[in-house]
Amino acid sequence: MTLNAVAAQVPLRNLLNKKGRQMSHLLDRLNFLQSRDLEQFSDGFGKVTRENRDWEDTYRNRWRHDKVVRSTHGVNCTGSCSWKIYVKSGIVTWETQQTDYPRTRADLPNHEPRGCARGASYSWYLYSANRVKNPLVRGRLMKVWRKMRETMSPIEAWTKLQADPILRASYVETRGKGGFVRATWDEATEITAAANAYTAKTYGPDRVFGFSPIPAMSMVSYAAGSRYLSLMGGVCMSFYDWYCDLPPASPMTWGEQTDVPESADWYNAGYLLLWGSNVPQTRTPDAHFYTEARYKGTKSAVICPDYSEAAKFGDVWLNAKQGTDAALAMAFGHVILREFHLDRQAAYFEDYTRKYSDFPMLVKLDERDGKLVPGRFLRADDLDGKLGEENNPEWKTVAYDEQSKGLVAPNGSVGYRWGEDGEWNLEEKAHEADTSLKMSFVLDEDHDDVVGVDFPYFGGEAYGQFATDADHPSVLTRNIPVKKIKTADGEISVATVFDLFCANYGLDRGLGGDWVTSDYADDMPGTPAWAEKITGVPADKIIHVAREFADNAEKTQGKSMIIIGAAMNHWFHMDMNYRGVINMLVMCGCVGQSGGGWAHYVGQEKLRPQTGWQPLAFALDWNRPPRHMNSTSAWYAHTDQWRYETLEASEILSPTAPEGDWDISLIDYNIRAERMGWLPSAPQLKTNPLEVAKAAKEAGKEIPAYVAENLKSGDLEMSCEDPDNPANWPRNLFVWRSNLLGSSGKGHEYFLKHLLGTDHGVMGKDLGEDGRQLPKEAKWHEDAPRGKLDLLVTIDFRMSTTAVYSDIVLPTASWYEKDDMNTSDMHPFIHPLQAAVDPAYESKSDWEIFKAIAKKFQEIVPGYLGKETDIVALPILHDTPAEIAQDQVKDWKKGECDLIPGKTAPAYVAVERDYTAIYDRFTALGPALDKLGNGGKGITWNTEEEIDNLAALNGLQLDGAAAGRPKIDSAIDACEVILMLAPETNGNVAVKAWEALGKATGREHAHLAEGEHHQKIRFHDIAAQPRKIISSPTWSGIESEKVSYNAGYTNVHELIPWRTLTGRQQLYQDHLWMLAFGEGLMSYRPPIDLKTITKEVQDEGDTLVLNFITPHQKWGIHSTYTDNLLMLTLNRGGPVVWISEVDAKSAGIVDNDWIEVYNTNGALTARAVVSQRIKEGTTFMYHAQEKIVNTPGSEKTGHRGGIHNSVTRTVLKPTHMIGGYAQQSYGFNYYGTVGSNRDELVVIRKMKKVDWLDREKSWKAPAQEAAE
Amino acid sequence: MFANFDIDFIIFGIMPYAALTILVVGSIARYDRDQFTWKSSSSQLLRRKQLIWGSILFHVGIITVFFGHLVGLFTPVWVLDAIGVPYWVKQWMAVLIGGPAGIAALIGATMLLHRRLGDSRIRMTSSWADIIIMVLIWWQLVIGLLTITQTLQHMDGAEMVRFMTWSQSIVSWNLNAWAMVVDVHWLYKLHIFLGLIITALFPFTRLVHMVSGFAAPFRYLLRPGYQLVRSRRQKPLPKRAAPKATPAE
Repeated sequence: MTLNAVAAQVPLRNLLNKKGRQMSHLLDRLNFLQSRDLEQFSDGFGKVTRENRDWEDTYRNRWRHDKVVRSTHGVNCTGSCSWKIYVKSGIVTWETQQTDYPRTRADLPNHEPRGCARGASYSWYLYSANRVKNPLVRGRLMKVWRKMRETMSPIEAWTKLQADPILRASYVETRGKGGFVRATWDEATEITAAANAYTAKTYGPDRVFGFSPIPAMSMVSYAAGSRYLSLMGGVCMSFYDWYCDLPPASPMTWGEQTDVPESADWYNAGYLLLWGSNVPQTRTPDAHFYTEARYKGTKSAVICPDYSEAAKFGDVWLNAKQGTDAALAMAFGHVILREFHLDRQAAYFEDYTRKYSDFPMLVKLDERDGKLVPGRFLRADDLDGKLGEENNPEWKTVAYDEQSKGLVAPNGSVGYRWGEDGEWNLEEKAHEADTSLKMSFVLDEDHDDVVGVDFPYFGGEAYGQFATDADHPSVLTRNIPVKKIKTADGEISVATVFDLFCANYGLDRGLGGDWVTSDYADDMPGTPAWAEKITGVPADKIIHVAREFADNAEKTQGKSMIIIGAAMNHWFHMDMNYRGVINMLVMCGCVGQSGGGWAHYVGQEKLRPQTGWQPLAFALDWNRPPRHMNSTSAWYAHTDQWRYETLEASEILSPTAPEGDWDISLIDYNIRAERMGWLPSAPQLKTNPLEVAKAAKEAGKEIPAYVAENLKSGDLEMSCEDPDNPANWPRNLFVWRSNLLGSSGKGHEYFLKHLLGTDHGVMGKDLGEDGRQLPKEAKWHEDAPRGKLDLLVTIDFRMSTTAVYSDIVLPTASWYEKDDMNTSDMHPFIHPLQAAVDPAYESKSDWEIFKAIAKKFQEIVPGYLGKETDIVALPILHDTPAEIAQDQVKDWKKGECDLIPGKTAPAYVAVERDYTAIYDRFTALGPALDKLGNGGKGITWNTEEEIDNLAALNGLQLDGAAAGRPKIDSAIDACEVILMLAPETNGNVAVKAWEALGKATGREHAHLAEGEHHQKIRFHDIAAQPRKIISSPTWSGIESEKVSYNAGYTNVHELIPWRTLTGRQQLYQDHLWMLAFGEGLMSYRPPIDLKTITKEVQDEGDTLVLNFITPHQKWGIHSTYTDNLLMLTLNRGGPVVWISEVDAKSAGIVDNDWIEVYNTNGALTARAVVSQRIKEGTTFMYHAQEKIVNTPGSEKTGHRGGIHNSVTRTVLKPTHMIGGYAQQSYGFNYYGTVGSNRDELVVIRKMKKVDWLDREKSWKAPAQEAAE
Repeated sequence: MFANFDIDFIIFGIMPYAALTILVVGSIARYDRDQFTWKSSSSQLLRRKQLIWGSILFHVGIITVFFGHLVGLFTPVWVLDAIGVPYWVKQWMAVLIGGPAGIAALIGATMLLHRRLGDSRIRMTSSWADIIIMVLIWWQLVIGLLTITQTLQHMDGAEMVRFMTWSQSIVSWNLNAWAMVVDVHWLYKLHIFLGLIITALFPFTRLVHMVSGFAAPFRYLLRPGYQLVRSRRQKPLPKRAAPKATPAE
């Protein structure tokens, strides 16, 4: 034993001398007979020797390689950096940054270098111990399955297994407790396909869920799963909203999900305001533009509560208290309005806001209890004669025109977008007549009256550490100049948005009245002095920054930019923070100007060739529509987080809310929204849609009519009304390219408890146990279900937290082992991921994995499922003619209107599926594109030419159900489909797309793509070098030799309306629910009280309560790299939580202590980092540090400490559910509830005993059992 | 020869040759096959504590003892006679120099062993060979020091001469040398046995760093000039003819 070990010290690997080597190092040294010296030179100062130089090969071989392949990291970091992957003897050895990005232009720095330490460490993963190497199946499941399969078919076996509650529980309850066994690909895909088929047949295909985020990071891999799901009728779950990266303020203001400048455009800015964005840390490859801009002379202010890495870039650092950004934004706005719009009118600002914002639009003032409150926009429909408008008069907003001295319905509002062509533009016209819109009635000769109008004030609701000593009432009445006009309903008062807007900021305009001031030092809502109390930022600094910001914008025509991270967007009232920022930008004319605007960077959202990708990803080439779901609402319902809701609607309702049935739970709001067709549903109907379709056929009725009739009678129910009913559970869940449970799963412990049914750390009581008010619309079950999922399948290259909790783990190719494509918001290039080596071990690319599942599915279903009619419930979608469905809020269930599918309720669309041809369809481009064309964001173009080209390029499918269609066999074929169909990568399509848009606007836009007509980017082009995309109307910026990509550019420079109600940047929101919740205008709303630290949960002596903040880290990208040895070595080797020195001291915590963080949602364990950097009252836990590395047990729960989301729970906001209302209509990842998590408080204490829970469990390991 | 098989014959007659063969062949093999393992594997990065005192005490002590043994055992008896050093003087020198050096080495070795086994980071990065060789050396030092108790009982140096004769007989291929040490105290025998084991283990452990010193760049001290061109050329350049004198114009 000992000698063996000793002998092992001498490795045998170099036993044989390699070719060309001398026989022996030793013999070579023993050459005493021959002098090593050859001669001397330079008078003996130098000499020449002939000694052996083989040792040099060591250093040569260290960097020698066989080939270099271009690839990148599909990791949602927004970097999208191109990398050189080095391969040596078939092994990926290391990676270095590519430096060949296309040039910029003469006055702009180049894009390279791009890359960071995280990306440079990726190759570690390929051959690491936590690589998933084989298909894995939960041992107990595998054991039963193999036994059953001896006598049963796959579907019979799964049916039997699900019917037996003991067998089902046997594997469900062991989730997360180890016990995987190896399976073959055949077995793993068979179980998966059988489960999918069983679920589709038994409950409905909409019980098969799939979660995968951020297509831009590897679009074909995303499309693989979503294409499979869409062909079978499964549900694709959204991610942008769930991640809370979606700022609902963006769709509200611009009708755009998110559009931002590329990082190169920072260089064009004259003033950079970094607000909660930590550029060097989280936008590492782009940070050089920030540095370069600073060298150029761009001024910069940085706002963040902690002394972040970005803070040192600033000329000034404003360390505002966390969660109070809206107050700061209000104060900035107060100063800007006072000095640039009121006391002096900056000409550029006046002109910009008149043309491009809703400032001139008129708002009706509603009388309520004898008081006036701002109501809806005045519409043509309100006026006698409707201003002559016949098409959509209720959707055309109205302003006062100085030229005609009367009311006009200016071009560009959403009413012009649908049902007519040619006047949906931002020309200063109303139809053909030139206009000059009036922004204010403040002058005596302009207004008919000055009236008091009520504004809600929420600042007084601040609690705990957010409270101040100020005492302002909850309703502030301010004087507003109005015009009296005659409407169909009699005389009413109207005011411009601008006049209301100024009053809202507390600005005195000489009209008298309360709650306005002209003194910055007054402690009155809106002033710098008021904001100082709330934010802790000195008033003089606020004034200084506001002045500089606006002054620069005025002098440079809008080149002031606000770079903003997700930080502010993760608060429950994120809209207020964001609208505060957007208001500043619009007031100063920055949006749509190069070097200016709203630079919101959160994730790799920009899927540049989006319209080329969509048909592939959602199988739109075969059937439409796909099933899309907003994840926040879905997980809220299906993980039963709603059962623990601590926030009541009354706590967030406006004191000025109109009468109404507002006293319902948050889930009730969501149910209403689904019922009215605002938000999507998943599952959709309690009855299997395949069965409903059959019943409709038997009844001889059209499907929409049949569903409507039965919903009204109650014979059909929507699933959302009873999420805990087994008929409405999600049954199968695919997670790929994601770590749902280890990263984004807000309310982690609720996922474990209810969705998965395994050990969990939930410590709070539900509404029933607590005796609180139960929901009115959602059916309450006394006992909450545990373990709703029948099957959780995770596809990953590493054993992530999600993989650990799964039933089946499929090994996928890493980013250096597959062909795919990658784009980002941060640069204008498209470039590939490529297989530098074949997938290691038994792994396959996502594309091949879903192909294999589809093949298996097609193999096993004949006789069980065939050609079926499915019914897809489709919410009212943004950018479709349906988006102007509901100008009033009416609920058919309450009898306020009739149920008209697609108008007052979701549309119910029949979709023909062929379950026996899933694989054939998966691998071929279907015929729907030929007939219906392609398009996006409201425009459509013919694309037959591109399909012909694809047939020529990829070849045709020769047999099977898709014979004669273009092939999509390999991942590269799939890339070619995207590249061919997308305007961004095919100049011919770009020209067609601009022409299609020109029809709606009545303007010529095709010049933006003209020169690119013959430009066609193929996969091999991007393999050679990253390629710059072609300007396309799908996006609001352009790429040219003159400007960098910047959002809103074409709106401002091409006069294309924003896709909002008013067609302008809309700063006033008039939907009933917006007004009810007090968010017609932006205001400061303090963090909400989630009441998660109860007397029951808080242990005596644990006194340290902090606000839990979860920013993005330096040592990982979300959860990726947090288990990478190289990155772990650079930090502390496991989860850490940051605390200020003062707070740490108060709890007796010193640096590197083990601490426990808990509240009713659960508990986590980590090491403390005690730092001066952190503001007192907060604690930072960089998000998504996984619990699979160095995480001890929690004293509180008795289980292993959780992840950051173990102490969070998601809370819905009703205003995000609004639908059927122009820009406030649903779109996948565009609008909907968002998973905020920053308002959470936690208790922190030092751990008494660190327990690694590494004792033997009493139960038998399932793996052992399976082996027996 | 095998008829009178004897454990003493195996250990003191055969084993020295076996150990020396392993030492030589093993070292050559390691040098040729895996030069990158020819190192002392310092653990200073992992923990500095105990290293400075432990290492210096150990090395100063062990080097003294090592060369003491080398000189003491392999200096031919006739050399002592020729230069007139009485055996008892040499015996006293061995005790007085070797004793304190051995004690220093033992203290150092104890510290190093404690550090190697006690520090979890060093323990995790230690190979079996690292631990075993340290343990063996520690025991060797203890036993070596214990032999002094025996030596003090016969300070005439007669025993010492037996060991000298034995070791010199080994290198002069006298196969009967083992008989010289058959009768000595078992502590001496154990000491020799362990020494031979350590000798045999030399090529497989970090002990090889003892000869790393040969690679030290002493050459630089002697090298002419400061620019070195390592040429692939094997032959010296042909002698260039002396430049012809250019005729004055």
